[in-house]
Amino acid sequence: MLPVDLEAVIGLEVHVQLKTRTKAFCACPVVFGAAPNGAVCPVCLGYPGALPVPNREMAALGARLALATGCDVHARSAFARKSYFYPDLPKGYQITQFDRPLATGGRIDVRGTDGTARAVRLRRVHLEEDAGKSIHDAQGEDVPPGVTLVDLNRAGTPLAEIVTEPDLRTPSEAADFLSRVRRLVRWIGVSDGSMEEGSLRCDANVSLRPAGAEEPGTRVEVKNLNSIAHVRKALEHEVSRQAEALRAGRAVAADSRLFDPASGSTRPMRGKEESEDYRYFPDPDLGPLVLDGAWLEELAASLPEPPEAREARLVAQLGLSPADAATLCATRPLADAFEEAVALHPSNARGVASWFLGGLLARMGDSARQEGRLPVAPAAIARLVARIDDGTVSRRIAAELVDLLCAGAGDVDGLIRERGLFQVTDEGPIRAAVDAVLAANPALAAACRGGKSASFAWFVGQVMKATGGKASPAVVNRLLRERLDA
Amino acid sequence: MTGDLARLLDGPAHGLAAAVSAREVRARDVAGAALLRAGRSRERHGAFLHVAGEDAIEAAAEVDRRVAAGEALPLAGVPIAVKDNVHVAGMPTTAGSRILGAFVPPEDATCVARLKAAGCVVVGKTSCDELGMGSTNETSAFGPVRNPWEPTRVPGGSSGGSAAAVAARAVPLAVGTDTGGSVRLPAAFCGLVGVRPTFGRVSRLGLVAFASSFDQAGPLARHARDAALALEAMSGADPRDATSLPGASPDLLSRLDDGVAGLRVGLLDDEEGVHPDAAAALSATARLLASRGASLVPLRLPRLALGVAAYYLIAAAEASSNLARFDGVRFGARAAGDGPAELVRATRAAGFGDEVKRRVLLGTFALSAGHREAWYERAQRVRTRIALDLGEAFRACDLLLSPTAPGPAFPIGEKSGDPLSLYLTDVFTVPASLAGLPAVAVPAGLSRERLPVGVQLAGPAGSEALLLAVARELEAARGPWTAPPDVIR
Repeated sequence: MLPVDLEAVIGLEVHVQLKTRTKAFCACPVVFGAAPNGAVCPVCLGYPGALPVPNREMAALGARLALATGCDVHARSAFARKSYFYPDLPKGYQITQFDRPLATGGRIDVRGTDGTARAVRLRRVHLEEDAGKSIHDAQGEDVPPGVTLVDLNRAGTPLAEIVTEPDLRTPSEAADFLSRVRRLVRWIGVSDGSMEEGSLRCDANVSLRPAGAEEPGTRVEVKNLNSIAHVRKALEHEVSRQAEALRAGRAVAADSRLFDPASGSTRPMRGKEESEDYRYFPDPDLGPLVLDGAWLEELAASLPEPPEAREARLVAQLGLSPADAATLCATRPLADAFEEAVALHPSNARGVASWFLGGLLARMGDSARQEGRLPVAPAAIARLVARIDDGTVSRRIAAELVDLLCAGAGDVDGLIRERGLFQVTDEGPIRAAVDAVLAANPALAAACRGGKSASFAWFVGQVMKATGGKASPAVVNRLLRERLDA
Repeated sequence: MTGDLARLLDGPAHGLAAAVSAREVRARDVAGAALLRAGRSRERHGAFLHVAGEDAIEAAAEVDRRVAAGEALPLAGVPIAVKDNVHVAGMPTTAGSRILGAFVPPEDATCVARLKAAGCVVVGKTSCDELGMGSTNETSAFGPVRNPWEPTRVPGGSSGGSAAAVAARAVPLAVGTDTGGSVRLPAAFCGLVGVRPTFGRVSRLGLVAFASSFDQAGPLARHARDAALALEAMSGADPRDATSLPGASPDLLSRLDDGVAGLRVGLLDDEEGVHPDAAAALSATARLLASRGASLVPLRLPRLALGVAAYYLIAAAEASSNLARFDGVRFGARAAGDGPAELVRATRAAGFGDEVKRRVLLGTFALSAGHREAWYERAQRVRTRIALDLGEAFRACDLLLSPTAPGPAFPIGEKSGDPLSLYLTDVFTVPASLAGLPAVAVPAGLSRERLPVGVQLAGPAGSEALLLAVARELEAARGPWTAPPDVIR
């Protein structure tokens, strides 16, 4: 943990792979897991004579992301070339945006250590193309040892890069920031946001300074953060490593470091000792990226209600707890399904919420949650809660019904009718069952009368069993109490 | 070769196209004859790096079929040569460099595809300065090209092979590319009409990029009408080139015979360093235009003198980036190297010639941290300033008349060790390149040593039709043009 006299200053660069059909500057499809070098053309191979043509869908998705984060989206931005040699960088330069980015300003709120929201300012959101992949030490029959293979399927894939101001103060804030970015990009449909597939990637820079100081300390860049957990771990490690150095009176070297998930530590990257000169200049193959004002307004108007606002609304309008609202707003399809169900049974939103949170989410894997693939239609959940509320079925039967519905066994009312799952509220048969159970267990009944309430619950269970689970628990309780208290 | 075919190949492209269209001669016979001439031109002048074979005959036969089917083709059966930094599907592209190895492009450059659609038949690829970098064709990795007017002299560059091939009558038309003057200078040295179009007029798709904000393909021809026909065919918007101008090809033919009456011709007062024969040709041209009804407007544009420095910085900067793709990883030549960095270093060290390396170093320096502001960005400001000055000038005149080159072609080897003096050969051509404006090089007579001397007509954006009409008027006024002594028969 950090000594109280030091403060961490953290900034993130988040690369969001935009969900376009084709690559940033050519017509190749964007695919994951295709045969190596199977989705390439002269443009993304950097052949002589090939020319880039900007993908309008990339600009639209990038602008959508920028608008959703409150950025100022510029009517004119420009593409630049960032030059360096690497085998997986086909042209010897990356097309990116430098001094005239797509958007500037904007913010994303994170939950601070004290639980309140804290604004993280965004310096910029810009568009760029991805590089290919180098596969070092590849294994294979026809691969000589020590050979590096290059797969250029990813080359030219469109990215939006979000650069924050160094406004984050703790590793957990950084992790929270990234999960919010991930939720947002999925929420507004600009990216798959999958860190496993590399469609969301993150570099962090971190420095320490005396608490309250204005001047930042020496900045260290940490790369290769492939999951939100890695971001947190790498930053925790880096913060304590730097704190240790500073406490021991050593300077922190301004280097680029690589996170090693196996050891949970960071180490300096080879060949990154001297800072590279990328020789940025405007790409002469591409004119300015011009976005029409009216088009941008339409784009802004088409944005869905932001996830944070929706959480707040669910709390304020429906009386949900903030935690439940956050869970239901984990993905937009899930929140949509929930609100669809509430709309069909508006008198008991909390009841609907508890069935979503208890009955359904437990049955849904991560991908089902992402895509909002509920095992049961929202309308069925609404009907189910309505049937509980009007006393037709007990919660217990409702749980059975959910099982049946998940197995695809029909609709709520049909199942209740066909399988006779009505709750029995008629006192006659229930009283008979109560009497029979008490008569069969005189000793326990006596103990219970004497004040042993523990066995009361047992008697309830026995009566329920005797009625095939259909008896209304409320009626069973009341009649048992009458008999035992008599 | 029959006399008819020889006569057609010696004559203008539009005459040849008319004969093919009228089915007086078959395109395939024309192609066969042109292939023979191209082969001789390669042997005698080094103009060709690749001469097509049976594929050109087949392409010509296809033109015959299209003509027979009633298609109207403006350049029916015209054999053309294409500078070797412009892609022709199925033919190797070397761009005069070893770095491309055995690279064969998968498709035609847009301008080539359009010429083929207009009826042209590509008979070969012509030599050029390495990757377009040079003014003499001497930087080609495959040897110099000889000027058909005097084989010990350079043909100009970088489109030297295209110019030599057209001047020697191997083909009536050729495609060149012009970055800082690479079509206009060889046109002047070889006594041809050469057009640099407005930037964006001709798609750059399929051109091996030298300096992307300057590169434009343009025709080299012996006749203004042929240049107009070819440029019209090559032009037009291309959705695959983001810098291509919107709109269809401009009409370059209907105003071709409009003459020059009433035109205001701007004349620069600066003739410093101009060869007396070039100066004489310039004033003779001015007098001719005045006698045909044009008015002469003296102009001072002192900042144009900064053009060469600005051009060489910006073009080199862009080149340093454009040439980064030649790393030996995906295509082209590859030298052995231990590890990726060494592979790239060895490949580029072996694959590029000295002039290319010089410009890559210059451009890398001009863009590097700490120098970018002083060099690249300052040069860009000069570029903007020159474009503004020219814009201003074109309010006072309709076109600017200047020499194309400071003098006629010089002997091979004379300046090859002196890059600065070579760069200054471009002094008259780079302003239009910097401003993205069209300019046409037109023959203006012979020097005392019987070498061609040219003049340049530069105009505002989109003024190709007007410039070509002036070129046509000059051509008509002068009468039939003499052939160079060393023509191919």
